[in-house]
Amino acid sequence: MTHAVEMHDIVVRFPGVLANDHVNFTLQKGEIHALLGENGAGKSTLMNVLAGLYKQTGGILRVHGKPVSFNSPKDAIAAGIGMVHQHFMLVPTQTVTENILLGLDDPKFFLNLSKYDQKILELQEQFGLRVPPTAKIWQLSVGEQQRVEILKTLYRGANILIMDEPTAVLAPQEIDDLMNTLRAMTEQGKSVIFISHKLHEVTQIADRVTVLRKGKVTAEGIDAAGLTPAKLAQLMVGREVVFSVKKSRREPGDVVLKVENVSAHNKKGVPALRGISLSVRSGEILGIAGVAGNGQSELAEVITGLRPCTGKITVNGVDIANRPPIIAINNGVAHIPEDRGKVGSAPNMSITENTIMKNYRHAPVGNGWSIDFLKARNFARKLKKKYDILAPNVRVPARKLSGGNLQKVILAREISAEPKMMVAVQPTRGLDVGAIESIQTLLLEQREAGAAILLISEELEELFTLSDRIAVIYEGEIMGVVSTEETDIQEIGLMMTGSRREPQPSANAQ
Amino acid sequence: MPKRLISSFASGKIVSALLPLVAVTGALLVGALILLLLQKNPVEAYSAMFSGAFTNKNGLADTLVKATPLLLVGLGIAIAFRGGVINIGAEGQLIVGALFTTWLGLTIGERLPGWITIIIALLGGTLMGGFWGAIPGYLKAKLSVNEILSTVMMNQIAIQIGYYLLRGPMIDPAELAAGTNIPQSARLPRSLDLPRFTDIAKALGFTERAKDLGLTGFQAQLYGLFVEPTRLHVGLLIAIVMAVLVYIFLWRTTIGYRIRAVGINPAASRYAGINVDRYVVLSMGLSGALAGMAGAVEILGLHHRMFEPLAVSAGYGFSGIVAALFGKLHPLGAIPSSILFGGLLVGGDKMQRAVQIPQVMVTAVLGLVVLFVVSSEIWSRRRANRRVSTNNSNASETEVSV
Repeated sequence: MTHAVEMHDIVVRFPGVLANDHVNFTLQKGEIHALLGENGAGKSTLMNVLAGLYKQTGGILRVHGKPVSFNSPKDAIAAGIGMVHQHFMLVPTQTVTENILLGLDDPKFFLNLSKYDQKILELQEQFGLRVPPTAKIWQLSVGEQQRVEILKTLYRGANILIMDEPTAVLAPQEIDDLMNTLRAMTEQGKSVIFISHKLHEVTQIADRVTVLRKGKVTAEGIDAAGLTPAKLAQLMVGREVVFSVKKSRREPGDVVLKVENVSAHNKKGVPALRGISLSVRSGEILGIAGVAGNGQSELAEVITGLRPCTGKITVNGVDIANRPPIIAINNGVAHIPEDRGKVGSAPNMSITENTIMKNYRHAPVGNGWSIDFLKARNFARKLKKKYDILAPNVRVPARKLSGGNLQKVILAREISAEPKMMVAVQPTRGLDVGAIESIQTLLLEQREAGAAILLISEELEELFTLSDRIAVIYEGEIMGVVSTEETDIQEIGLMMTGSRREPQPSANAQ
Repeated sequence: MPKRLISSFASGKIVSALLPLVAVTGALLVGALILLLLQKNPVEAYSAMFSGAFTNKNGLADTLVKATPLLLVGLGIAIAFRGGVINIGAEGQLIVGALFTTWLGLTIGERLPGWITIIIALLGGTLMGGFWGAIPGYLKAKLSVNEILSTVMMNQIAIQIGYYLLRGPMIDPAELAAGTNIPQSARLPRSLDLPRFTDIAKALGFTERAKDLGLTGFQAQLYGLFVEPTRLHVGLLIAIVMAVLVYIFLWRTTIGYRIRAVGINPAASRYAGINVDRYVVLSMGLSGALAGMAGAVEILGLHHRMFEPLAVSAGYGFSGIVAALFGKLHPLGAIPSSILFGGLLVGGDKMQRAVQIPQVMVTAVLGLVVLFVVSSEIWSRRRANRRVSTNNSNASETEVSV
């Protein structure tokens, strides 16, 4: 039996780093092969070699049994290898068809788009990848955009598809659609490499699994059937991982955050929040569940003063709606923003400068006019130690930190202000198992310390693990608030798709 | 692992510090090719340039005189860049600063003690430049008007206001009386001249000339630079003090920290409770203020009257950008880099005379330096980005092993 891809003894060396250390990887025809590993384990490096983006320092690459040597992504595409990157490479103002044809030699001069629309529709039919060919990219949801990326590779004749963390950006239903598509493709003889660090997905969809750790293979092409997430986690991290972080029982205290009838528009000026009311009490985590783009980001932004709104938002009785962010900060509102790199931190500033972003105004770090950088550095060192932030020193720019460590810097900064109210948006998105564990533990510690926490997450598992109550948001409205103990994923799932829960006394008591 | 990381950061720093020198060398090499095409001897031309700018007291004095406005403008440019705005309007800010300083000097005249008037005129010019810079800053903050376009427009407005004032309200009465109507103001009272180095030396009791002391060679030139009559004035000291102040301001004060944070990441700054709009206006205002101060210093220290706006600004508003970039947008880095560019301007004049090449040749070499500096910046940024990706994998690998 010939393998679709054989990678033998692949070595990739970057200055100072051995990214792939004699890695073996085989992909059989017609299988879904999961490539698993923590951030920085060398998954993407290995796949970039296969996609012609990097050249290996050593080792042999065979595609359909023939030795190949790729000098550019073009060579890889010619060999039938297509990669769907995590960050899409699409032209937002052009149509689906135009994006798919981009860079191809056919059509040569005259664009007879409708002819190609038809071709693309046929391709869609074949794999169950529905997306209107004449729609402009900016009009599409993230899931649809991903379909366009897949169509792009299929149109170029790919029979080996590399998906780089395809589910990271998708809603639960979209994930199901994607899984169906991938199965349809393998049934028609295509082979799929699925990069992920979400363990349950891997056990669900993959036929075989290869695990990388620190550039080395720790499990080569083992059968996915019978693998448990716990076993996979151990292969990835190299030690046993405590899975569910345990939260203690705790009677919530007084109401800290009260949101009353709040409405707001999103970036594009479309209503995103429609009369939201909710409250969070001290020592309580209220989870917000919902499919991405139903107003979660806007909800976090109105509470933290980053977005104007109508209605009333109070923290311990102080109205903070429509006031500048500093008012929220001064009233004890901490914010773990969705976008760590663009909002939560200044990548080109040092760890020190990032940790003092909120307390530089007052003692001990500053006096309002000047900043004592010796004290600032000591403060940063203290946080680095306490929160186990891995970096050579605190003068390192934040952009050099891994996602998990950057998130720890942000949490360390926010927690050190001893917040009364914490808004955490997707706090563990894109992090690896070890980092997720420590971030979730930190959030629970804040709950113990009596902070009121609003946790916005698209990971239902996370919401169930951490929250005391879960509110479901759909098209800017709260579909219902339920106690975590009295609900299950099915009920939440129903609400996430817009069916309102009948008001019950327990939900309205707050 | 940490050691390796540290050393790789360190080596990155060394490379980025050497880069400007490589850029200048590259520019000079391409310039040499052009000189060869013009059938001139590049060695002869460049040695004329170097010796003209750096080896004798008059050349050195001129170099430092030109370095003064370059440094002040460059400091302003550095603040703007650090604050995330691009100020192409230093030329105009310098002109309005010079105009207002002249007007203040002429209006107050000798009614107050000279040094008080000097301070008033200096601050006045600075504030006027700041006002001129804050306008595009405000337009950007409130209406998202691109500051590159608006500052360039503000240059034109400043120039035309200058011509209007110098042909009308501010014209030297002597010009009207003589009927020559040259657009220039009257000379400021001599009590408003910034002291020259030679005046200070005299006041301190240094009266001997270099040859009286038996000094020879470069030593004599250096002694002459500070003691014998040259055009060198205390504006240079003002500029250097400002460089230190700007450094302290940007890296030791709350406002400086906010300016840099806004420049690096406005979204994160807003999230951290900083009023981003206010700091955009402030960065532009401070940037303009330093350019305005350059104008004030040029008037009080060198020209002592206002004339043709474009001759007063002399392109400093633009070469100051190059000097700032060359100094890596660091206030202290701007000091040597302004001296270098001052030297290029002075030496260029000498080169032109030594080998008979057109004046524009000097401008061309400066342009080449800009090209090389900017492209080397981009090169080093790409290099840094490549490093980031590898270091990232480093960091998380350590994370796993702990």
